[in-house]
Amino acid sequence: MTETRYLAAQTLDEAIGAYAAAAGAARILAGGTDLLVQMRSGVLRPGLIIDVKKIEEMTAIVPKADGGYWVGAAVSGAVLAEHKGFAATWPGVLEATNLIGSKQVQGRASIGGNLCNASPAADSVPALVAAGAVASIQGPHGRRELAVEHLPAGPGRTHLKPGEVLVGFTFPAHPKGSGDAYLRMIPRTEMDIAVVGLGVNLTLAGGKVTAARVGLGAVAPTVLLVEDAAKALIGSSLDERALDAAAAACRAACKPINDKRGTIEYRTKVAGVLLKRTALIAAERAGRK
Amino acid sequence: MAKVHVTTTINGEPEEFLCEPHQSMLDALRGPLGLTGSKEGCGTGDCGACSITLDGRLVCSCLMLAVEAEGKKIGTIEGLAQGDHLHPLQQKFLEWGALQCGICTPGVLVAAKALLEKNPDPTETEVRFWLAGNLCRCTGYDKIVRAVLETAADMRRAA
Repeated sequence: MTETRYLAAQTLDEAIGAYAAAAGAARILAGGTDLLVQMRSGVLRPGLIIDVKKIEEMTAIVPKADGGYWVGAAVSGAVLAEHKGFAATWPGVLEATNLIGSKQVQGRASIGGNLCNASPAADSVPALVAAGAVASIQGPHGRRELAVEHLPAGPGRTHLKPGEVLVGFTFPAHPKGSGDAYLRMIPRTEMDIAVVGLGVNLTLAGGKVTAARVGLGAVAPTVLLVEDAAKALIGSSLDERALDAAAAACRAACKPINDKRGTIEYRTKVAGVLLKRTALIAAERAGRK
Repeated sequence: MAKVHVTTTINGEPEEFLCEPHQSMLDALRGPLGLTGSKEGCGTGDCGACSITLDGRLVCSCLMLAVEAEGKKIGTIEGLAQGDHLHPLQQKFLEWGALQCGICTPGVLVAAKALLEKNPDPTETEVRFWLAGNLCRCTGYDKIVRAVLETAADMRRAA
């Protein structure tokens, strides 16, 4: 059995240097709510654990001059919810993040970790995709940006290259008349894993949708950006026909599995139902009369 | 295996201990620190029996590495009573019999205290959602929720 070492990296360069040097034997520790479970079950015994919570850039929430936000990958759901400015701008992202586990888990679990753990049912990810959040990634060969929907590669797998660390997210400016929302279907009201999760972010002007993004989770190997659903909403006043067309686009995007939480038919049907409900909540938040 | 020396504060008192780098905070509490009030139910963050506060924030000690306690303030169930003087939540749980086997009780009390510090006047729904991560397999939830609400009312009156 190899020995595990622990490093509380003080800077991003220190973390990336140590991560690359460990050549696959290291794991990044933010909230630890996935990592410690994997270690305990014996799935994983990392040679090096790199704690990134002392790195300012990875734990900061910074409003940007254009109205956007920087959110460090290691920020927990509980900390994000306490940021009044972010909470007022992105209520859908927060309702997704704070459906993850219990209050105890929300106090630790990070948004970056939820994305990198790459569960198809990760609650925060459809909301991040709908928000148009962009992941900032740094590795031994420099920095790159990647839209959140392009980061997961499949269950438990990401498109991060060896040695690369997810540093944080850039949220775009949210223009006036915008609103976002997230709903998930679970058999109970709390502490469960999504059967379907769906995030909508839209902008209204004069009662018409001028911009929309739809993120759909738990119905395919990765969380999906459903562009056809957004197209069906844009230009409409969210009338029944537009909502039906967007719901159909969500159903068409589904490639779900059968499991104890839901059948293929059930998940597909629910994806359409959630689109309608979530879009109307987002529209209300966008100021729709 | 090289042990790590950790300097921390537990229930307001400075503490030092040695741990393995992969060891959980719960193992350190129940092992070298001898604080066995925090319980291990699941060890995977589902049951809340190991609830503690880390710099005032409610967390599962089974999902935290012991080395992460360095320089932090830890609060455990042992810090609720002041000497022989029970915390109002503990007193109310006794009076109302809001426990059966008692395994979940330390975690429930730590979580409930964290709730009342954040929100002194929670609704029943807020209490139930906040305590959703504390499982009681005797299913004594109703008395737990009522005891928390009643303690909150008492503490508001006393404030």
